Amino acid sequence: MTTKAASLPQTVAVPRSRLAVAASLFAMGVGFVFLVGFSHPQSLHDAAHDTRHGLSFPCH
Amino acid sequence: MFGRLAACGLAGGILGGCLVAAIQAVTTTPLILHAELFEVHEVADAAGIILAHAHGTASDAVAHADGYDTTRLFMTSIMTVVCAIGYGWILLSAMYLKGAAITARSILPWAIAAFVATGLAPSLGLAPELPGSAAADLDARQLWWAGTALATAVGIALIAFSRNPLWIVAALVLIVLPHIIGAPVPPDPESRVPAEVAAEFAGASLVVQFLAWVIPGAIAGFLAQRLIRPEPVAA
Repeated sequence: MTTKAASLPQTVAVPRSRLAVAASLFAMGVGFVFLVGFSHPQSLHDAAHDTRHGLSFPCH
Repeated sequence: MFGRLAACGLAGGILGGCLVAAIQAVTTTPLILHAELFEVHEVADAAGIILAHAHGTASDAVAHADGYDTTRLFMTSIMTVVCAIGYGWILLSAMYLKGAAITARSILPWAIAAFVATGLAPSLGLAPELPGSAAADLDARQLWWAGTALATAVGIALIAFSRNPLWIVAALVLIVLPHIIGAPVPPDPESRVPAEVAAEFAGASLVVQFLAWVIPGAIAGFLAQRLIRPEPVAA
Protein backbone atom coordinates (compact mmCIF):
# COMPACT_ATOMS: atom_id res chain seq x y z
CA MET A 1 0.00 0.00 0.00
CA THR A 2 2.72 2.46 0.97
CA THR A 3 4.91 1.66 -2.04
CA LYS A 4 1.89 2.23 -4.24
CA ALA A 5 1.32 5.62 -2.66
CA ALA A 6 4.93 6.57 -3.25
CA SER A 7 4.54 6.01 -6.98
CA LEU A 8 1.59 8.39 -7.19
CA PRO A 9 2.10 11.95 -8.41
CA GLN A 10 3.29 14.56 -5.94
CA THR A 11 -0.16 16.11 -5.56
CA VAL A 12 -1.59 12.90 -4.07
CA ALA A 13 0.51 13.14 -0.96
CA VAL A 14 -2.10 12.02 1.55
CA PRO A 15 -1.70 8.33 2.46
CA ARG A 16 -4.76 6.31 1.62
CA SER A 17 -5.28 5.14 5.18
CA ARG A 18 -5.36 8.71 6.43
CA LEU A 19 -7.79 9.63 3.69
CA ALA A 20 -10.05 6.74 4.68
CA VAL A 21 -10.02 7.75 8.35
CA ALA A 22 -10.70 11.40 7.56
CA ALA A 23 -13.44 10.59 5.05
CA SER A 24 -15.22 8.22 7.44
CA LEU A 25 -15.10 10.68 10.32
CA PHE A 26 -16.18 13.54 8.07
CA ALA A 27 -19.10 11.50 6.73
CA MET A 28 -20.20 10.67 10.29
CA GLY A 29 -19.98 14.35 11.25
CA VAL A 30 -21.97 15.50 8.25
CA GLY A 31 -24.50 12.73 8.93
CA PHE A 32 -25.07 13.92 12.49
CA VAL A 33 -25.37 17.55 11.39
CA PHE A 34 -27.78 16.55 8.61
CA LEU A 35 -29.87 14.56 11.07
CA VAL A 36 -30.23 17.54 13.36
CA GLY A 37 -30.35 20.35 10.83
CA PHE A 38 -31.94 19.06 7.65
CA SER A 39 -33.86 15.78 7.98
CA HIS A 40 -37.54 15.90 7.13
CA PRO A 41 -39.35 13.21 9.19
CA GLN A 42 -41.85 14.93 11.47
CA SER A 43 -40.60 13.34 14.69
CA LEU A 44 -37.02 14.41 13.99
CA HIS A 45 -38.18 17.87 13.03
CA ASP A 46 -40.14 18.22 16.24
CA ALA A 47 -37.28 16.99 18.40
CA ALA A 48 -34.71 19.17 16.67
CA HIS A 49 -36.97 22.18 16.19
CA ASP A 50 -35.52 24.56 18.76
CA THR A 51 -31.97 23.43 17.99
CA ARG A 52 -32.50 24.11 14.28
CA HIS A 53 -33.70 27.62 14.94
CA GLY A 54 -31.12 28.18 17.66
CA LEU A 55 -28.22 27.17 15.41
CA SER A 56 -29.64 29.11 12.43
CA PHE A 57 -30.48 26.16 10.21
CA PRO A 58 -33.36 26.71 7.80
CA CYS A 59 -36.57 25.42 9.39
CA HIS A 60 -40.11 25.02 8.07
CA MET B 1 -6.42 6.49 14.89
CA PHE B 2 -10.04 6.55 13.79
CA GLY B 3 -11.23 5.37 17.19
CA ARG B 4 -9.22 7.96 19.09
CA LEU B 5 -10.30 10.80 16.82
CA ALA B 6 -13.94 9.70 17.04
CA ALA B 7 -13.68 9.46 20.83
CA CYS B 8 -12.20 12.96 21.10
CA GLY B 9 -14.98 14.39 18.95
CA LEU B 10 -17.61 12.45 20.86
CA ALA B 11 -16.39 13.63 24.27
CA GLY B 12 -15.93 17.20 23.04
CA GLY B 13 -19.40 17.15 21.51
CA ILE B 14 -21.07 15.80 24.63
CA LEU B 15 -19.32 18.13 27.07
CA GLY B 16 -19.33 21.18 24.82
CA GLY B 17 -22.80 20.43 23.50
CA CYS B 18 -24.24 20.37 27.03
CA LEU B 19 -22.72 23.79 27.67
CA VAL B 20 -24.09 25.15 24.41
CA ALA B 21 -27.50 23.62 25.19
CA ALA B 22 -27.50 25.43 28.53
CA ILE B 23 -26.67 28.70 26.77
CA GLN B 24 -29.43 28.03 24.24
CA ALA B 25 -31.92 27.45 27.03
CA VAL B 26 -31.47 31.00 28.27
CA THR B 27 -30.87 32.79 24.96
CA THR B 28 -32.49 31.47 21.78
CA THR B 29 -35.14 29.10 23.16
CA PRO B 30 -37.06 31.75 25.16
CA LEU B 31 -37.19 33.87 22.00
CA ILE B 32 -38.50 30.89 19.99
CA LEU B 33 -41.21 30.31 22.58
CA HIS B 34 -42.08 33.98 22.52
CA ALA B 35 -42.25 34.02 18.72
CA GLU B 36 -44.59 31.04 18.68
CA LEU B 37 -47.21 33.26 20.23
CA PHE B 38 -47.35 35.13 16.94
CA GLU B 39 -47.55 32.08 14.73
CA VAL B 40 -50.59 31.17 12.70
CA HIS B 41 -51.39 27.57 12.08
CA GLU B 42 -52.18 27.59 8.46
CA VAL B 43 -50.38 28.25 5.26
CA ALA B 44 -51.08 31.86 4.46
CA ASP B 45 -51.71 31.39 0.79
CA ALA B 46 -50.82 29.23 -2.15
CA ALA B 47 -48.06 31.59 -3.25
CA GLY B 48 -45.59 29.91 -0.97
CA ILE B 49 -45.44 32.14 2.07
CA ILE B 50 -45.11 29.73 4.89
CA LEU B 51 -46.34 31.01 8.19
CA ALA B 52 -47.50 27.64 9.32
CA HIS B 53 -45.84 25.55 11.91
CA ALA B 54 -46.85 21.94 11.95
CA HIS B 55 -46.26 20.76 15.45
CA GLY B 56 -48.50 17.73 15.21
CA THR B 57 -50.74 16.82 18.07
CA ALA B 58 -50.60 18.24 21.55
CA SER B 59 -49.15 14.98 22.80
CA ASP B 60 -46.03 15.47 20.73
CA ALA B 61 -42.71 16.08 22.38
CA VAL B 62 -42.93 19.66 21.25
CA ALA B 63 -45.35 21.52 23.41
CA HIS B 64 -46.62 24.94 22.58
CA ALA B 65 -45.74 28.38 23.69
CA ASP B 66 -46.92 28.03 27.22
CA GLY B 67 -43.52 28.16 28.84
CA TYR B 68 -40.85 25.55 29.32
CA ASP B 69 -41.63 21.96 28.66
CA THR B 70 -39.14 19.56 30.20
CA THR B 71 -39.37 17.03 27.37
CA ARG B 72 -38.93 19.76 24.81
CA LEU B 73 -35.92 21.16 26.64
CA PHE B 74 -34.44 17.67 26.90
CA MET B 75 -34.93 16.91 23.20
CA THR B 76 -33.46 20.26 22.23
CA SER B 77 -30.41 19.61 24.40
CA ILE B 78 -29.94 16.10 22.97
CA MET B 79 -30.14 17.42 19.42
CA THR B 80 -27.68 20.21 20.20
CA VAL B 81 -25.26 17.64 21.60
CA VAL B 82 -25.67 15.47 18.47
CA CYS B 83 -24.96 18.49 16.28
CA ALA B 84 -21.96 19.44 18.43
CA ILE B 85 -20.53 15.92 18.04
CA GLY B 86 -21.00 16.27 14.28
CA TYR B 87 -19.23 19.62 14.28
CA GLY B 88 -16.37 18.15 16.30
CA TRP B 89 -15.94 15.20 13.93
CA ILE B 90 -15.97 17.50 10.91
CA LEU B 91 -13.23 19.68 12.43
CA LEU B 92 -11.09 16.73 13.52
CA SER B 93 -11.41 14.95 10.18
CA ALA B 94 -10.42 18.07 8.22
CA MET B 95 -7.41 18.73 10.45
CA TYR B 96 -6.35 15.10 10.35
CA LEU B 97 -6.60 15.04 6.57
CA LYS B 98 -4.45 18.15 6.37
CA GLY B 99 -1.95 16.57 8.74
CA ALA B 100 -2.27 19.45 11.19
CA ALA B 101 -1.30 18.98 14.83
CA ILE B 102 -4.59 18.92 16.75
CA THR B 103 -4.62 20.94 19.97
CA ALA B 104 -7.16 23.04 21.84
CA ARG B 105 -5.50 26.11 20.37
CA SER B 106 -4.84 24.92 16.82
CA ILE B 107 -8.43 23.80 16.29
CA LEU B 108 -9.77 27.32 16.91
CA PRO B 109 -9.01 28.80 13.46
CA TRP B 110 -10.70 25.74 11.91
CA ALA B 111 -13.75 26.20 14.13
CA ILE B 112 -13.94 29.90 13.32
CA ALA B 113 -13.60 29.17 9.59
CA ALA B 114 -16.37 26.58 9.87
CA PHE B 115 -18.57 29.14 11.58
CA VAL B 116 -17.90 31.63 8.80
CA ALA B 117 -18.94 28.93 6.28
CA THR B 118 -22.07 27.68 8.05
CA GLY B 119 -23.04 30.73 10.09
CA LEU B 120 -21.98 34.04 8.61
CA ALA B 121 -22.10 33.19 4.90
CA PRO B 122 -25.61 31.65 4.83
CA SER B 123 -26.95 34.39 7.11
CA LEU B 124 -26.16 36.97 4.43
CA GLY B 125 -28.96 35.46 2.35
CA LEU B 126 -31.06 33.67 4.93
CA ALA B 127 -31.07 35.45 8.27
CA PRO B 128 -31.60 33.12 11.23
CA GLU B 129 -35.34 32.86 11.43
CA LEU B 130 -37.88 32.52 14.17
CA PRO B 131 -41.04 30.43 13.95
CA GLY B 132 -43.66 32.61 12.28
CA SER B 133 -41.20 34.43 10.07
CA ALA B 134 -42.07 34.65 6.41
CA ALA B 135 -39.96 32.19 4.47
CA ALA B 136 -39.60 30.65 1.04
CA ASP B 137 -39.89 26.95 0.26
CA LEU B 138 -37.94 24.84 2.78
CA ASP B 139 -36.19 22.59 0.25
CA ALA B 140 -34.95 25.58 -1.72
CA ARG B 141 -33.65 27.25 1.43
CA GLN B 142 -31.94 24.08 2.66
CA LEU B 143 -30.29 23.59 -0.73
CA TRP B 144 -29.06 27.18 -0.86
CA TRP B 145 -27.88 27.05 2.76
CA ALA B 146 -25.92 23.82 2.25
CA GLY B 147 -24.51 24.94 -1.10
CA THR B 148 -23.40 28.26 0.36
CA ALA B 149 -21.78 26.59 3.37
CA LEU B 150 -19.93 24.08 1.18
CA ALA B 151 -18.76 26.67 -1.37
CA THR B 152 -17.60 29.02 1.39
CA ALA B 153 -15.77 26.23 3.23
CA VAL B 154 -13.95 25.14 0.08
CA GLY B 155 -13.18 28.78 -0.72
CA ILE B 156 -11.70 29.41 2.73
CA ALA B 157 -9.63 26.23 2.50
CA LEU B 158 -8.25 27.28 -0.89
CA ILE B 159 -7.34 30.73 0.42
CA ALA B 160 -5.73 29.25 3.52
CA PHE B 161 -3.71 26.50 1.86
CA SER B 162 -3.24 27.31 -1.81
CA ARG B 163 -0.07 28.94 -3.09
CA ASN B 164 -1.36 29.56 -6.60
CA PRO B 165 -3.04 32.95 -7.20
CA LEU B 166 -5.45 31.33 -9.65
CA TRP B 167 -6.82 29.16 -6.89
CA ILE B 168 -7.29 32.25 -4.73
CA VAL B 169 -9.35 33.81 -7.52
CA ALA B 170 -11.37 30.60 -7.83
CA ALA B 171 -11.88 30.68 -4.06
CA LEU B 172 -13.24 34.22 -4.16
CA VAL B 173 -15.61 33.24 -6.95
CA LEU B 174 -16.80 30.26 -4.92
CA ILE B 175 -17.42 32.44 -1.87
CA VAL B 176 -19.28 35.16 -3.78
CA LEU B 177 -21.21 33.00 -6.26
CA PRO B 178 -24.00 31.81 -3.90
CA HIS B 179 -24.82 35.44 -3.10
CA ILE B 180 -24.92 36.36 -6.79
CA ILE B 181 -27.26 33.42 -7.39
CA GLY B 182 -29.20 34.68 -4.40
CA ALA B 183 -31.05 32.97 -1.58
CA PRO B 184 -34.66 31.96 -2.12
CA VAL B 185 -36.88 34.79 -0.95
CA PRO B 186 -40.52 34.66 0.11
CA PRO B 187 -42.84 36.34 -2.38
CA ASP B 188 -44.17 38.56 0.36
CA PRO B 189 -41.71 39.22 3.19
CA GLU B 190 -44.28 39.82 5.86
CA SER B 191 -43.67 38.35 9.27
CA ARG B 192 -45.89 38.20 12.29
CA VAL B 193 -42.91 38.27 14.59
CA PRO B 194 -42.03 41.75 15.91
CA ALA B 195 -38.86 43.08 14.29
CA GLU B 196 -37.14 43.60 17.65
CA VAL B 197 -37.64 39.96 18.63
CA ALA B 198 -36.46 38.74 15.22
CA ALA B 199 -33.37 40.95 15.32
CA GLU B 200 -32.49 39.85 18.84
CA PHE B 201 -32.89 36.24 17.76
CA ALA B 202 -30.75 36.61 14.63
CA GLY B 203 -27.88 37.92 16.72
CA ALA B 204 -28.29 35.36 19.50
CA SER B 205 -28.59 32.49 17.07
CA LEU B 206 -25.30 33.35 15.36
CA VAL B 207 -23.54 33.64 18.71
CA VAL B 208 -24.89 30.24 19.76
CA GLN B 209 -23.77 28.66 16.49
CA PHE B 210 -20.32 30.20 16.93
CA LEU B 211 -20.09 28.66 20.39
CA ALA B 212 -21.35 25.33 19.05
CA TRP B 213 -18.31 25.16 16.78
CA VAL B 214 -15.74 26.62 19.14
CA ILE B 215 -16.51 25.03 22.52
CA PRO B 216 -16.88 21.37 21.45
CA GLY B 217 -13.97 21.89 19.05
CA ALA B 218 -11.69 23.27 21.74
CA ILE B 219 -12.53 20.42 24.11
CA ALA B 220 -11.99 17.84 21.34
CA GLY B 221 -8.68 19.52 20.51
CA PHE B 222 -7.65 19.50 24.16
CA LEU B 223 -8.34 15.77 24.36
CA ALA B 224 -6.66 15.02 21.03
CA GLN B 225 -3.58 16.86 22.22
CA ARG B 226 -3.27 14.32 25.01
CA LEU B 227 -4.51 11.16 23.31
CA ILE B 228 -3.04 11.42 19.85
CA ARG B 229 0.68 11.47 19.24
CA PRO B 230 1.92 12.79 15.91
CA GLU B 231 2.00 9.92 13.45
CA PRO B 232 5.42 8.73 12.35
CA VAL B 233 6.18 9.86 8.82
CA ALA B 234 4.81 7.24 6.47
CA ALA B 235 7.50 5.24 4.73
